[in-house]
This record gives sequence, structure tokens and C-alpha cells, in this order.
Amino acid sequence: MISHHSILRRVKNSRIAWTLLILALVLLFNLVFTKGFFHIEIKDGHLFGSLIDILNRAAPTMLLAIGMTFVIATGGVDLSVGAVVAISGALAASMVGGKLVLKGDVQEYISIYPMWLAIAAALLVSLASGIWNGLLVSRAKIQPMVATLILMVAGRGVAQLITNGQIITIYYKSYHYIGTGYLLGLPFTVFIVGLVLLVAWLLARKTAIGLFVESVGGNRTASRLAGINSANVILSVYTFCGFCAGIAGLIVSSNVKSADGNNAGLWSELDAILAVVIGGTSFTGGRFYLMGSVVGALIIQSLTTTIYSVGVPPEINLVVKAIVVFIVSLLQSESFRKTVFGNPAGKGRVSA
Amino acid sequence: MTKKLVINRKYLPLIVTIGLFAFAFLMGSVLYPGFLSLQVFLNLFIDNAFLCVAAVGMTFVILSGGIDLSVGSIIALTTMLSAYLLEVAGWSPAIVIPTVLLTGVLFGCGMGCLIHFFKIQPFIITLAGMFLARGLCYVISIQTITITNEFYRQVSQYRIPLPGGNFISINVIIFIVVVAVGIYLAHYTRFGRAVYAIGGNEQSAVLMGLPVGRTKVLIYTLNGFCSALAGIVFTFYMLSGYGLHANGMEMDTIASVVIGGTLLTGGVGYVFGTMFGVLIQGVIQTLIMFQGTLSSWWTKIAVGILLFLFIMLQRVFTSERSERGGAVGKPYGIKKGLEAK
Repeated sequence: MISHHSILRRVKNSRIAWTLLILALVLLFNLVFTKGFFHIEIKDGHLFGSLIDILNRAAPTMLLAIGMTFVIATGGVDLSVGAVVAISGALAASMVGGKLVLKGDVQEYISIYPMWLAIAAALLVSLASGIWNGLLVSRAKIQPMVATLILMVAGRGVAQLITNGQIITIYYKSYHYIGTGYLLGLPFTVFIVGLVLLVAWLLARKTAIGLFVESVGGNRTASRLAGINSANVILSVYTFCGFCAGIAGLIVSSNVKSADGNNAGLWSELDAILAVVIGGTSFTGGRFYLMGSVVGALIIQSLTTTIYSVGVPPEINLVVKAIVVFIVSLLQSESFRKTVFGNPAGKGRVSA
Repeated sequence: MTKKLVINRKYLPLIVTIGLFAFAFLMGSVLYPGFLSLQVFLNLFIDNAFLCVAAVGMTFVILSGGIDLSVGSIIALTTMLSAYLLEVAGWSPAIVIPTVLLTGVLFGCGMGCLIHFFKIQPFIITLAGMFLARGLCYVISIQTITITNEFYRQVSQYRIPLPGGNFISINVIIFIVVVAVGIYLAHYTRFGRAVYAIGGNEQSAVLMGLPVGRTKVLIYTLNGFCSALAGIVFTFYMLSGYGLHANGMEMDTIASVVIGGTLLTGGVGYVFGTMFGVLIQGVIQTLIMFQGTLSSWWTKIAVGILLFLFIMLQRVFTSERSERGGAVGKPYGIKKGLEAK
């Protein structure tokens, strides 16, 4: 009886349980209403199906959400990730491009610069963007929302500057692998996300860095007095966030085989923030939930895919998204829970 | 002597904003023939009226330490709803205009209530509001609806003649009235003082016995109204309703407010400065247009650089204040969270 009670309480107090519940509800809806949603088949040695599709399409948002989790955990926010996605994609696309050459009798596209150089350059620029944001927040002590607004506005201009205002098409075949390739039957993007998530998880839970981040998010001044270099912790979370956005940019540009400075990653910062908040990380900083954010990103993508497959006009997507945000933020609001579910303290239970 | 210095410092961001606007306009006049004319100056008002109307509402939100991301979407929803009601439903403009204004007010009021009663971050709630409003546009129609209504066409094309063959549009009149009412509300009413007090320090405002809750709900309601009004101005300007209208305009609005010298931490700023924040962005666009070879994306980069300069200036400004023993010692983080802890 007691153990049963404590399990219940653990589930009730666990943030990830709530997030998984939402995902389960979305999937349950599909089980009932969408035919063949859970059907997975093997074609040409690759796995195909709606679920695999969701994993693949959610990859950029998952990456952004992983980076954003750390930023939000320090009490900040990064509005510039969408612009960084555009910059990274634009740079890689303009460096890879595709030059038509004759090899014997066959015409073939080769990359303008070596592909590794293009990827390295895109990631370096993304790192630099992250460092810029981090310096503004940690050293110049500017409010995060304002500091990253600068790059959000100017970054799109920079991306268009790189592509010269054009949409650059990528013809070079090997580059397409990043976003559309398969490895061991699964989309290659899944492995990228898995690797980044593993590194992030190891850093957050197996080293002291995770504690530092939570501590800075809890109280910056107290952390500094406790001997934590708050400024550097903040600098590194924004740098990591920029880096994640850079990888997401590569995936997005490779997936659509082109780079569009104006529209690549448009509003993806809002999706990423949403994923983190749905995942249970509070906007005020402190405790953070990496897995929650990843599941949050999956929820957003599942919703989108569901709406497409149910046959509701895709435009309604935004309305559904809005309703989900309202529900999630109301559930997370303590005053709302008190009003609706009554005062849990009276029953001797501690609310989550 | 000391007193004079204090006053100067208080108005410093405002003076810099106005100075920069004058400098940019002067630079254009020296560089390009035909730039220095009253009509070019008036066009700044004609082309940016909707942005300024929205920015006045946003000034109050930011003054109180909040944020509203739903502005651009509410403008789009207003254009869409106006176009639908006029063209498809065949309503008279005399009913359509109050209806869309009321929609904006209800939208803003609803978000304000959620923010106040359930203590949810304004960022998240207005983000949801942004999705909802834009989604509703598409529920109405996916295509552009062109407005052929006689009244709207006449208002749109009406030119108010000024001496010297120059003219302004009716939108400019709305623009000026909104700025004037905004200045009055901010500086000469209890509501305005409560807004500044909440932005300065919400806890203190509560302890002072100010109606914090009511004021907060009113701020977002006012911003909803301003967004809808900006939507009407935008409808007059574009003569169509479309779900992609004013895409990303919330960020232009926030940028105008910041360039206009309002602190994003709240408590400091002027509606008058916001107007110049809008005009500076307009001048940059006009300069790039006159230059001819520079592409439009330079506008974004220039606005980004301006934002950076102003934020750094504000940073210097606030750190001086807090060193002098002022109450602005919250340079980092989302305010609520820090204060709660």
C-alpha cells in the first residue's frame, strides 16, 4: 500500500511523466483515428513509416531544444537560434554549392570547397554567434531576450548577405546525406541527435557542469559567492546553444537541398522554446530536463504530422499548437492548479 | 548645477534617439539629391503609421517589464477579419471597425488575465496568442482577400493636402492621435504612473497599494487595442487581408521601442522616444532605397547594429544609476524569477 502510494507520488511529481503522458495522448489519438500510423515497413533496407518520419523531421527542433534547455536553465533565452540556423545553412550551401564537371563522359557535380571545410566553417560561425550572445549576456550583462534579439534581427540579414539574397540550391550529392541519408536502416539525423544528446547528457549529469547551470539559474549572485564562475557558465551555455543551432542548420539545408536566408529556420526559436517548456523546464531557470525537451520536440512534430495525416487543413496546425501551449502553461502554473484542483497541501501531499 | 545634470541623464537615451534620427536624415540630404524634401519626411509617417501605432501599445507593455509577441499576428488577424466581414459577409464598415477593435481588445484582455491570475510568463502566453491569432487567419481563409469596399478605398486613397503640394494620408492622423493619447496616458494619468511603478519594481508597487493586477490586465488590453488599430491602419495601407501580413512585425515593434530608449527591464522610457524609434527604422529604409545598389537585407543588419548600440548605451546608463544607489539593480534574468528567489 505504501509503496503503491509512493510510486504514484513519484509519477505525479516527475516532470517527464507528464510530458510523456502528452506524447502518449497524441499517439493514442493516432492509434484510433489514423490508419497505418504505427505501421513500419522496410524498403530498400530502410525503415519507413510515420513514426520514423516524425523522428527525422523533429531532428532540427530536438537539437535546438537541447541547446535551449541549458540556456533556459540559466534563466535566459536565446531568440537567435533561427537566424543561426539560416546563417549556418547559407554558409555551408554557398561553400558546397555544386559545380558541374565532366568525368570521362559523365557529368557530375563536385563541391566548390571540400565538404568538411564547408561544415567546419558553418559550425565555427555558429559557435562564434553563440559566443557573441554569451558575451553580451555574461560580460555586458544585457537581458538575454534583448541580447539575442540583436542577432535574431541582424542574423537574417547576414544570412541573406551570404546567399546574396538568392536561394542557393545544393547539387553536391554527398551533402544530401546529412539530412536525407540512412544509417543501419534509420535516418542519419537520428544518430546526429543521439550523439548530441549523449554529449549533453554526459556533461549535464556526469560532470559538475549540470549542477553549475542549475545553480546559476537558481540564483546567479549566490552561485558566484559560492565560487562558481557564473559568467563563464553562461558564456558556455550560449556557445553550446549556437553550436546546436549550427548543426540544425546543416540538417535543414541538406534536407531541402537548398539554403534560403529569409525562411530557413523561421520561428524555429519559438518551437524550440516551446519544446523546452513543454518538457518541464521552467522559464525562470533552475532545474532542467534534457529528455523532457527532446520529448517536447517530438510532441510538437507528432502534432504536426497528426494534423497532416488526419486530413485537417495544415493551416489549423497553429491553432492546435496555441491550444497545447495554453493547456501546458496552465498546468504548469501553480496558481491555476490551486484554483482548479484545490489546495493539495490540505491532503498532505506535496504538489509537483 | 547637479539638478541640471540629473535631468540631462534622464533624457539621455531620448536625446540620442532624436539626434540619431536627425543625423540620419541630414546624411541622406547631403548624399542624395531630392532626399531633403518635406514629402520624403512625410512619407516616413505614411509608410510607418501601422508600426508606430503598434509600438505605442508595446511601449506600455515593455515599460511594465512585460513582453507581447502577438502583435504581428493580431494585425494579420485584423486585416483578415476586416476583409472577410467586408467582402464575404458584406457588413458595413461602421460595424466592421468596432468589431475588429473589440476582437483585439478581447484578445489582449484574455492574455492579460492569464498573465495576471495564473502568474504565467508573458513570453509564453503571448507566444500562444501569436500562434492562435495567425492560425485563426488561416481558418478564415488561406488566400489573400482583396478589399473593394468603397469606404476603405476612399480612406486609403484620400490625400490631405498640405502647403507646397505635399500631402499626408488619414493613417498619419491616426498615428499622431495615438502618439498624443499614448503620451497623455503615460505621463498624466494614474494608469501611466502605475505602469512605470510596476516596471520599476512590481513588489514595491504592490506594497504601495497600487492596483497592480488591474493595471497589468489593462496594459495587455491596451496593447490588444493598439494592435487591432494598427491592423486597421495596415488594412487601409494594403487594402487586403492575408494571413502572412505583418509577419515578424512583433520584433520590429520591440526593436522600435528599444531604439526609442525604453529599457526592456521596465520602468524607464518614453512614448515620444518610441515614435523616433519607428522613424529611425523608416529613415534607414529610405536611405537604402535612395542609395539604390544596397539590397534590402542591409536594413536588417543596420537595425541590428542600432539595437546593439542602444542596448549598450542603456547598459552604461543603468549601471551608472545603480552605482549611484538607484533601484535598478536587476541587470540579469527574467525579473519575476529573480525576485521570487
